[in-house]
Amino acid sequence: MATRKTAAKAKPNVSKEDLLQYYRDMLLIRRFEEKAGQLYGMGLIGGFCHLYIGQEAVVVGLEAAAKDGDKRITSYRDHGHMLACGMDPKGVMAELTGREGGYSKGKGGSMHMFSKEKDFYGGHGIVAAQVPLGAGLAFADKYKGNDNVTFTYFGDGAANQGQVYETYNMAELWNLPVVFVIENNQYAMGTSTQRSTHSPSYWERGAAYGIKGEEVDGMDVLAVKAAGEKAVAQCRAGKGPYILEVKTYRYRGHSMSDPAKYRTRDEVQKMREERDAIEHVRQMLLTGKHASEDDLKAIDKDIKNIVNESAEFAKESPEPALEELWTDIYADEIPQEAV
Amino acid sequence: MATEILMPALSPTMEEGTLAKWLVKEGDTVSSGDILAEIETDKATMEFEAVDEGTIGKIMVAEGTEGVKVNSPIAVLLEDGESADDVASAAPAQAQEAAPAEAPAAAAPAQVADDTPAPQSNASPDWPEGTEMVQTTVREALRDAMAEEMRRDETVFLMGEEVAEYQGAYKISQGLLDEFGAKRVIDTPITEHGFTGIGVGAAFGGLKPIVEFMTFNFAMQAIDQIINSAAKTLYMSGGQMGAPMVFRGPNGAAARVGAQHSQDYAAWYASIPGLKVVMPYSASDAKGLMKTAIRDPNPVIFLENEILYGKSFDVPKLDDFTVPFGKARIWREGGDVTLVSWGIGMTYAMEAAEKLAEEGIDAEIIDLRTLRPVDYDTVLASVMKTNRCVIVEEGFPVASFSDHMASTIMQRAFDYLDAPVVTCTGKDVPMPYAANLEKLALTSTAEVIEAVKSVTYR
Repeated sequence: MATRKTAAKAKPNVSKEDLLQYYRDMLLIRRFEEKAGQLYGMGLIGGFCHLYIGQEAVVVGLEAAAKDGDKRITSYRDHGHMLACGMDPKGVMAELTGREGGYSKGKGGSMHMFSKEKDFYGGHGIVAAQVPLGAGLAFADKYKGNDNVTFTYFGDGAANQGQVYETYNMAELWNLPVVFVIENNQYAMGTSTQRSTHSPSYWERGAAYGIKGEEVDGMDVLAVKAAGEKAVAQCRAGKGPYILEVKTYRYRGHSMSDPAKYRTRDEVQKMREERDAIEHVRQMLLTGKHASEDDLKAIDKDIKNIVNESAEFAKESPEPALEELWTDIYADEIPQEAV
Repeated sequence: MATEILMPALSPTMEEGTLAKWLVKEGDTVSSGDILAEIETDKATMEFEAVDEGTIGKIMVAEGTEGVKVNSPIAVLLEDGESADDVASAAPAQAQEAAPAEAPAAAAPAQVADDTPAPQSNASPDWPEGTEMVQTTVREALRDAMAEEMRRDETVFLMGEEVAEYQGAYKISQGLLDEFGAKRVIDTPITEHGFTGIGVGAAFGGLKPIVEFMTFNFAMQAIDQIINSAAKTLYMSGGQMGAPMVFRGPNGAAARVGAQHSQDYAAWYASIPGLKVVMPYSASDAKGLMKTAIRDPNPVIFLENEILYGKSFDVPKLDDFTVPFGKARIWREGGDVTLVSWGIGMTYAMEAAEKLAEEGIDAEIIDLRTLRPVDYDTVLASVMKTNRCVIVEEGFPVASFSDHMASTIMQRAFDYLDAPVVTCTGKDVPMPYAANLEKLALTSTAEVIEAVKSVTYR
């Protein structure tokens, strides 16, 4: 932990309960993703499956800054976002296995899940398409006159797409309450940020549109939370959008079938050993005497049970009924008034 | 408990692979994240990591083995205190069927079923007899429809280029800014991709946007948001959320604006499940269908036509006049041939029918009005009566909507046909600029007359 700057702050402004909660939430994502990887290996999950391992502090920190009614939308690397906003791990895992009990009844898959109840708007498979969609959600809140905020997540890859900048322009022009969260994990599939742009400080690009922003240490959940609170306050005060470029790292390949030859094993190992976000909180809990090894073991066990239950559910839930092929294509017809 | 480590599936298409190299040996202790082996898939060589911690008790598949089936055991992992003897007898098992058995193919609802009831056309009138009619242009009808729906529902708003202060590039939104204000009539920068996405997001968020494209040619910049985001989300979310909204604007050839501004997109959008597609010809349909489109809880593509904007038609004077989707309109009854069209194509069909009548050929004219849903029954019932059909559309000929309709007629009314179904479409060329060539590139009344004569063997 010697390389960590923020960890050196002795007394972070956070309660023991909150810190324990962040530990739990991040651990749930990691164990869930490891299990998903395992089920993929067994052929129970098919197609594309993008794991969030390594990036857990980003969503957990930002959810800590959210309130009821706030919305979130992201790309296809979405399992972590769903768990962080309180969606049921069983429903998420069962969607991964393509079963009736999944959030989309098995019709969406890993990349396409939604929860109206938790204000989670997907789960989008086209890189950067969620960015204008997220601004549109914020547009709806502003139109309705409430003070909700939309967290619009995208990666460093998406950050080079044209529609992001079209959206920046309109979001600032119309003062939309949207927090643009750039999860910069340094690789757009196999292309590093150095190989994709000459202006790698993505948040600074907002200045061209008059949008403020900042870079955040994405391996430090408290730093993410603090930045999230600042961004959200700006949005709620009606001052328009804000950009957070959260520097993070994914430990696994882009998807399950990515051999990740574009970076060295040592690079990954170094991040895991020196910057791991979960280990960071674990150390804070132990050194601050907020929890004992036994307390944390109990949490680990609890999380393992939740994840195992979700996997069992995902295996046992039946495949969708064949009639489901033909449902949900159109919303119910509106009654036509007779003339 | 000893657990078997199974050959993993490491790509969406992998069924078997080569166990290229073991990076651990029997007796090694491993923890989560350690690389156990290198496995060659159909795509690449992948590192295979341990998920659990334990000791490698037994390696069951030697390195270099090819064709190792996914899910067959390749090693045994021991927990503390277990010995390799516990598993020594473990037989090299066959591939476990972990994945669910493939479901039998879903029975698609057959297009052709022997017991399909005979198609019936729904010829009920769109308005009560005796209703007062007012001559209205298509342009005014569209504006009136939007204004009425905006008065009725606070969540309806209009966004697009030049819709507010300029009063609409084609003056469709004239007066709306004055009545509804800048909150609900919104000028956008020229960024179709971005503002379409924002519109779709606003629909996810509970509003009912009307997104105007100055012309549908520019919607190609935004087509990903229309199709991938608006049309598919209801399905992908298992019915939880969708995009109740209207995408509207002029579509197809105007006059002398060249290849990039003259395309008809009807067939493109009509091929997408999840979209509804409307293409009105008359002012009453423009009004009644626009009101229905705004109320519809699905994304609706509303294809207008610049040449039709200024044409006047009778529009019923009613407080709340709507036209249902999926109900064709029979403009002219006749017994010799069925002419099917929609949108601007109707102008050729109507003119042709008049001239054909002078020659004693009595054409029935059907205006589909909506392409998705489409009223097959009215077309089929007519073809079963006339035994001949000509379909008229301005779009490109390949994979046209006419082709789809002709194919449906062939499948469902083959025995009734006395001649092949003939399609009159735009030519298979980008739209030229020169006046004479442009005229040639479009279909024409003369072509429709010729087609009718060919199917009636005159």
